[in-house]
Amino acid sequence: MTDLLHTPLYDLHADLGARMVPFAGYAMPVQYPLGVMGEHTHTREKAGLFDVSHMGQVILKADTFEAAARALETLVPVDILGLGPDRQRYGFFTDDKGGITDDLMLANRGDHIFVVVNAACKAADIDHMKAHLDGVDVTEITDRALLALQGPSAEKVLAALDPKAAEMRFMDVATLTLCGAECWVSRSGYTGEDGYEISVPAAQASDLAKALLAHVDVEAIGLGARDSLRLEAGLCLYGHDIDTSTTPAQANLGWAIQKVRRAGGARTGGFPGAEAVLGELVGGAERKRVGLLPEGRAPMREGVELFATADSDAAIGQITSGTFGPTHGGPVAMGYLPMEHTTPGTTIFGELRGKRLPLTVCALPFVPAKFKR
Amino acid sequence: MKFTEEHEWLRAENDIIVVGITEHATTQLGDIVFVELPEVGTTVSKDDEIVVIESVKAASDILAPIDGEIVEVNEALGDNPALANDDATGAGWFFKIKPSNPSQMDGLMDEAAYTAFIA
Repeated sequence: MTDLLHTPLYDLHADLGARMVPFAGYAMPVQYPLGVMGEHTHTREKAGLFDVSHMGQVILKADTFEAAARALETLVPVDILGLGPDRQRYGFFTDDKGGITDDLMLANRGDHIFVVVNAACKAADIDHMKAHLDGVDVTEITDRALLALQGPSAEKVLAALDPKAAEMRFMDVATLTLCGAECWVSRSGYTGEDGYEISVPAAQASDLAKALLAHVDVEAIGLGARDSLRLEAGLCLYGHDIDTSTTPAQANLGWAIQKVRRAGGARTGGFPGAEAVLGELVGGAERKRVGLLPEGRAPMREGVELFATADSDAAIGQITSGTFGPTHGGPVAMGYLPMEHTTPGTTIFGELRGKRLPLTVCALPFVPAKFKR
Repeated sequence: MKFTEEHEWLRAENDIIVVGITEHATTQLGDIVFVELPEVGTTVSKDDEIVVIESVKAASDILAPIDGEIVEVNEALGDNPALANDDATGAGWFFKIKPSNPSQMDGLMDEAAYTAFIA
């Protein structure tokens, strides 16, 4: 793993006994001695600390927030101009066919937009923004780590360092002082739990992480549990559940496109693939991402082919993410199916080791979200 | 106790061999969430894929370490696959096999050799 990039917490991961794996060009902790199941459960019951410093942090600055927002709306089909100060929103970049080239979080930080993008896509996203956002300075932030503190104890743990943390609601952003470090904090995450994402100067990241881990309720959590947590929460992993072959409507992400950007809205369209994306929101897509519950205990993972019946010839879809859901207490999966098979309760079949095994289509998430709205 | 390069352990109980996977293997696999065992009465040949283990991370196959007939499987793993993590060489055993060619046991590693193998 000699060619891999290190996050500012690399030495801390080693001290904590993490097993490191390559992920998007970085050496990242997949699990700590607690193990994936224990880390997952701990996050749902108390709080978990995640190093997500591999993700891209980008500042978009124009003469005004409005100018930057109008520019970004030409690449991202969500209402950015209408995003209030100190508020954050989920969105995605689309291509000319309406496929998703990455998903992202974007925040109104007063005089600029703060964007967080996926590690594997960040170079392409930054090039894309630099090429297309006229009059906007696109600056990648490379001197900050990004931590996520997730779980029901997250509020009390963070509020002990800065009481302002407790005043934030889901999707609020604020600048907090944590262990003397100026941190850009959002009340959000990717586990379905209440929690925070914390951008902290790299030089102070390790001290902040250690201070958070010093709380009896907080354990370090690796990418393994991050994946099972986000899957139980019904959240998409870019490159697996969504990519350029999936559109927002197919991915069941239409909720992220506000009315003002839809057909008939005041700022309708104006982003790559708008005709395809908005047309599908009105007319319906041919297929849709759904939750899938395999019967029994055997997980069905990414790539498992789905069939309408136990003996039909042609596959009708594929699993895009699947694992054992520790909180759900059984295997959980997501995949794409033709619309006629997407009603919750429908039985379909997945081919696992040469056998057709039943799965039930179900609504997402598998585990209810506990955001503090 | 004998060991294979596939990280199985084999323990003789009279003329029956009890088989499981080593603690080294379960640690590498992580939390085991599903074990699919062969049917009792199945005749297997060395290197047949006879058990599927699913951990939180991935699926793995366990190969028959010797020729023989499966005479018992550990049904407790169906409800509690974590037994394989918690007690790899005890309550987490997988199956019992009646060898048809007992001399195959001679080619396996002893504990010292296995310890050196995984070092």
